[in-house]
Amino acid sequence: MILALQVSHFTAAVTFALFASVVFGITQRNNPRDMLRYGAYCFTVFVLGMFAAGWVMWLLHH
Amino acid sequence: MANTDTTAEARPAAAASDPRMALLAPLVAWLVPGAGHLIQKRWIRGLVLMACVVTMFTLGLAMDGKIYKPNTGDLLEMLAFVSDLGAGGLYILGRMMDWGTGSIINATADYGKTFIVVAGLLNIMCMVDAYHIAIGKKP
Repeated sequence: MILALQVSHFTAAVTFALFASVVFGITQRNNPRDMLRYGAYCFTVFVLGMFAAGWVMWLLHH
Repeated sequence: MANTDTTAEARPAAAASDPRMALLAPLVAWLVPGAGHLIQKRWIRGLVLMACVVTMFTLGLAMDGKIYKPNTGDLLEMLAFVSDLGAGGLYILGRMMDWGTGSIINATADYGKTFIVVAGLLNIMCMVDAYHIAIGKKP
């Protein structure tokens, strides 16, 4: 590939969280309302987990 | 008796009329992400799953991610190959077109590799879900 898409770690992680959460929601729950709720829950956990991991790494580094 | 009736009500019409769907749905879902749901008339779910898996795989390639080939060298590379293989038709297309052959030389390529691996794993989840719909375990 000649021109690779350049994204920040944050953008890549949020994009990853979005698509993974949608698939988790649809495949792990039985009705549309629960799918939406579980997808939103997974997305929130992914993003909050990312910030938590970032702070842990910052603390380990300093 | 009442329990049997409930199961029969939950079972989709497609599976009840054609038990071969339990084999066909995961196979089709592997070849074309989301298609396992589409052939069982779960249109929205199928299209959303297809969009997610195909977009993740495409973004991975756009980030210069690597598509792993079968190998017996590094255990992690073997696992990555199995995960990549989960993308089915996308993996076959990528290998045919010789995409994703570059080395992982920067952080973005590493993100891309992860996107491709996870697209394969998510497609395996889609296959299992299509199978559960086919056998009537999920509406």
